[in-house]
Amino acid sequence: MVETKVQSILYLNGVTKSFDGFKAINNLSLDIRPGELRAIIGPNGAGKSTMMDIITGKTKPDEGEVKFRDVIDLTKHDEAEIANMGIGRKFQKPTVIESLSVWENLELALAGHRNVFQTLFFKLDKAQIERIEEILLLIGLQERRAEQARNLSHGQKQWLEIGMLIIQDPELLLVDEPAAGMTDYETMETAKLLKSISENHSVIVVEHDMDFIRALDTKVTVLHEGSVLAEGTLDVVSSNPRVIEVYLGR
Amino acid sequence: MSRKPILQLLLTNDKASRWLFIVMGVLGVLVPILNLAVPADSAFHVPTYMVTLIGKYLCFAMLALALDLIWGYCGILSLGHGAFFALGGYAMGMYLMRQIGDRGVYGNPVLPDFMVFLNWQELPWYWYGFDNFGFALLMVFLAPGLLAFLFGWLAFRSRVTGVYLSIITQALTYALMLAFFRNDMGFGGNNGLTDFKDILGFDLQADSTRVSLFVITLLCLAGAYILCQYITRSKAGRVLISIRDAESRTRFIGYKVEHYKLFVFVVSSLIAGLAGALYVPQIGIINPSEFNPLNSIEIVIWVAIGGRGTLYGAIIGAILVNYAKTTFTSGVFAEYWLFILGALFVITTIYLPRGVVGILDGYRARKKADQAAATPVPQTAGGK
Repeated sequence: MVETKVQSILYLNGVTKSFDGFKAINNLSLDIRPGELRAIIGPNGAGKSTMMDIITGKTKPDEGEVKFRDVIDLTKHDEAEIANMGIGRKFQKPTVIESLSVWENLELALAGHRNVFQTLFFKLDKAQIERIEEILLLIGLQERRAEQARNLSHGQKQWLEIGMLIIQDPELLLVDEPAAGMTDYETMETAKLLKSISENHSVIVVEHDMDFIRALDTKVTVLHEGSVLAEGTLDVVSSNPRVIEVYLGR
Repeated sequence: MSRKPILQLLLTNDKASRWLFIVMGVLGVLVPILNLAVPADSAFHVPTYMVTLIGKYLCFAMLALALDLIWGYCGILSLGHGAFFALGGYAMGMYLMRQIGDRGVYGNPVLPDFMVFLNWQELPWYWYGFDNFGFALLMVFLAPGLLAFLFGWLAFRSRVTGVYLSIITQALTYALMLAFFRNDMGFGGNNGLTDFKDILGFDLQADSTRVSLFVITLLCLAGAYILCQYITRSKAGRVLISIRDAESRTRFIGYKVEHYKLFVFVVSSLIAGLAGALYVPQIGIINPSEFNPLNSIEIVIWVAIGGRGTLYGAIIGAILVNYAKTTFTSGVFAEYWLFILGALFVITTIYLPRGVVGILDGYRARKKADQAAATPVPQTAGGK
């Protein structure tokens, strides 16, 4: 799915965004390779959510480049267009469609036609049904397919949302604090799930939970005051004195 | 998920829809017979005024259906839906005005009475074509549809939502009311359009015409209901629900939220316009008070009382509230009607968030639970 020609699946260069004079993102640069799993950590207010908003088209940066697959300028597109290009986003708070069933949630997210008249006359075909079954198996919700999403546990909602991301077949997944509010067991299961997803997709995970980051065992970027403070393996960054000062030491 | 045609689905799987169709079918057969074939002195005779009254309720039911489609399923609370109803009504009213011909009070073969009264010399250009029923019918849909399209395109593209959208819909209908009140707009000003004589050559006062209009209204209501059911049961309907529950999530899945909102808003305005067009020949008048924001708020109350987001709830709500209105506004309670209506709304919102339909559903669920409890479980004798 990932073309070898593409150098960077996501490339941010000199991105700045301020709100009322406050620089939420300050000259941020980031380079994610195809197939990479990247963890991003940083204290509250480090600009993690604003960065996600900029990548997914919710917020436009004041300056700087945001490129998808080397050439596509993401600042020129809206959320729906960016989603259809292959960037999926999971929110911090699990947001599934509460009054639809697990199955219907997945059907909605299923890659494919998005315009009004196509959905008005849409029928699932056999391959699509199999695809939904496959995802149900992956996220462990086969038994609860007919359940309204509002009745799922917190962890199950997170998984359903991850399932909704994968079924869109995105090239890049942005995952915002997937382990928040999860039990230890759920946290480790989620780390496993993300690692298996990263075999076929590029994934960016924003997280606070150090055990979770450790379980991901991957390159870590530390954000602070809207820019990159350190980058490397968890052991390297956690021994960086600046990182200890602003984040880990607290 | 099923590939069965929508009507079959509604008649087999959906108890509420089946009941609705049965009641509509019975009304559609019984009312004409009891009005036309049963002699006037019989106890079973349905007087013509009653036929028209029920016809009026059905028009309101259609209007409520239109509102439920956008409010119940997509979370768009329009407080100006009366505007689309009134525009459809005016389009029909203009046709009916042209049908009067030289039978008006002034006997002018070209100009309607109110234009003669205003000393106008010729027919304004926008009245051209309304002699033709087909053209008028086109305008019944085009006028509200175009307004909804323009308004929706601007509002939804700018991501105006929630209470802000409600307020501008209210402003929209208020502005239209003020405009239509003006004599120089050429729509009859304060008095509106009235004194209609016939429709397609049939005398509007004749019982047979009244009954025909009633049956047509019933058929249109059924058609609108099936259309709304089709939309809400399709994948597009699930996208609408998704927009209602989690708008930005829907965007991040890749749906153009504004396109869906625009689509459903226009469909809703077309249904409202048709309801208005059916209302006018039965009631015999259309005037600017139909644009009054209060009327639009009443529609919301009908839907809330009936049960939002169910479609049939909107129909039940509209008929119940309007029946109550007819009853109360003609007796000693007349002065208190608005208080009664307000109280009904408050009580529904606080105690019956799912409306009248919610009571029925709750009753059904309890009955099911009782049955389940009554069935003895073999191992754990007795159970709970």
